[in-house]
Amino acid sequence: MPIVKNVTCPICGTFCDDIELTVKKNKVVDVKNACAMGEAKFLNYSDPHHRNLNPLIRRNGTLVETSWTEAIKKSAKILAEASYPLLYGWSSTCCEAISAGIELAEEIGGVIDNTSSVCHGPSILSIQDVGISTCTLGQIRHRADLIIYWGSDPYSAHPRHLERYTAFTEGRFQPSEWKRYVSRLRGVIGKKKLERASQLALMEEFSVPPITGNQFPPTLETEKERKLIVIDARRTHSAEFADYFVQVEPNKDYELLQAMRMLVKNEELEVEKVAGVPVGVLEKIVDVMIGCKFGVLFFGVGLTMSSGKLRNIDAALALTRDLNFATKFVIMPMRGHFNVTGANMVSIWQTGYPFSVDFSQGFPFYNPGETSAVDILSRDESDAALVIASDPVANFPRVAAQNLVKNPLIVIDPEKSATALMADVVLPSTFVGIEAEGIAYRMDGVPLPLKRVVKPPKGLLSDEEILRRILREVRKLKRSQRRSNA
Amino acid sequence: MQKMKVTLLSGRTINQGTGKEHGKTSQEYYESVAICEVDTNDLDALGIKDGANIKVSTEFGSIIVKAKESIRGPHPGIIYMPYGPWINAVANPTTHSTGMPSFKGIHAEIEPATSAERVLPLHELLKQAFGKE
Repeated sequence: MPIVKNVTCPICGTFCDDIELTVKKNKVVDVKNACAMGEAKFLNYSDPHHRNLNPLIRRNGTLVETSWTEAIKKSAKILAEASYPLLYGWSSTCCEAISAGIELAEEIGGVIDNTSSVCHGPSILSIQDVGISTCTLGQIRHRADLIIYWGSDPYSAHPRHLERYTAFTEGRFQPSEWKRYVSRLRGVIGKKKLERASQLALMEEFSVPPITGNQFPPTLETEKERKLIVIDARRTHSAEFADYFVQVEPNKDYELLQAMRMLVKNEELEVEKVAGVPVGVLEKIVDVMIGCKFGVLFFGVGLTMSSGKLRNIDAALALTRDLNFATKFVIMPMRGHFNVTGANMVSIWQTGYPFSVDFSQGFPFYNPGETSAVDILSRDESDAALVIASDPVANFPRVAAQNLVKNPLIVIDPEKSATALMADVVLPSTFVGIEAEGIAYRMDGVPLPLKRVVKPPKGLLSDEEILRRILREVRKLKRSQRRSNA
Repeated sequence: MQKMKVTLLSGRTINQGTGKEHGKTSQEYYESVAICEVDTNDLDALGIKDGANIKVSTEFGSIIVKAKESIRGPHPGIIYMPYGPWINAVANPTTHSTGMPSFKGIHAEIEPATSAERVLPLHELLKQAFGKE
């Protein structure tokens, strides 16, 4: 059976490029190196129960099969006739398709927004305000001796991030945290056994002790191996791997970040606790941060979605800047989808702005809060939408999703997503990275190729091809309109 | 009926991640997403059993999901729901002019669901919310 090596995984921003797939009769039958999400995708993507295999169109309230010609014509008509159409999604497709999408948005005078507006949009706004000190994941892997995850649970959202780039990887110049974690784990298992025995003897309830203790490890400052600190509103799975876990009260990240900035600048805090964290502990953490050789702060949507939003990121970026007066420190957003960074990149190349770009005035206009998808939908401003490679009906707040569904809705998606089920036209596409090639950007801005591993089912087109066909049809419609006007 | 004021967080879980790759219409997705993780002591205080139905209400709406005893505790007064259509029935759409709704740190109330209230599967939830099938 042919084994395809070095496959990139089209799921999360970690964008692993070492997956090995065994292919039998044009089907993936075995997956090596991937995480649980990667394996679930490669083994289940072709399940016909959850897949769109024919173009669909809504007639008398139900979706029925139709021809490609009719589906493309109908889509082009909806978009060409709309006065303020919204083109949303883009983060789970390749750069080539995004490029075609921006051309289409310009042609129809619509708004094009990618999923970063509900993910790390606030981070981008803040980076534009403050600036960012960052690097590639390879640098972090080989050199970073202090890793901090803030408002991010890599175990759940980027399962191989810890193993490939941070705490558990052996860098060329930096040993991993692995040994220390294993010895901590042994201690906990021993404790569990003892407690289990006493529970059996006394018939009493027992609780499993967390691997990461509540006491700040006294030797952390002097450890040579990589150190891992997790800061979050609840003890996430990733916190179990950490040397120390800090539980911050929800919506109080900004206070904690600013308090840390004060400590970095040698100022005194005249309170006992900040955001539920004792100042004594905070001082020790700041000492570890200043004392490290190369520190990195990864932040997730725990910061961008909580109260303060972009202001939280302002404080995190400023903290990193302050730390660079004492040591080397970098910061990186934990981007969600495998090509959300690419969506920002392509948008910047072609329009000058990373997301939420409005072409309704004939030139690109950018003002998140006004031209971002959720705001446009919540205010009920758009009169048609095209959704590609994302599922806003499942992931937008109810009022925004209702206004999206109310108007004509075109969906380009290989899967029967909640949005596809609510659509007026469904255009089934191939899975990029499995059935189609392309380029995508990893979370640190490194472009990598997506492979075609198997042949797509007959009759399905790639995202880019579908968009180009709609674009051609829109141009044809506009030409005939101009002629009839003349 | 006894109610409890809590802070609602939403986010990813590894089960939600694998569930969505099985397909949005799959049983795996439904089971991993239509849930609410609650602190053990808070569940006891409300008299809700692990796996029973729980009603989560905010000023934006209310939803019935399965209560799950949190293994990520203790986090008294905090409840956690994975991303998906169920949390979005109660999520805060306010963006404060940033484009980003407030998906985390939402004021909410929890209470045991009555026997007539059940967790809606995806198709029924969509039909109820959007009137389409």
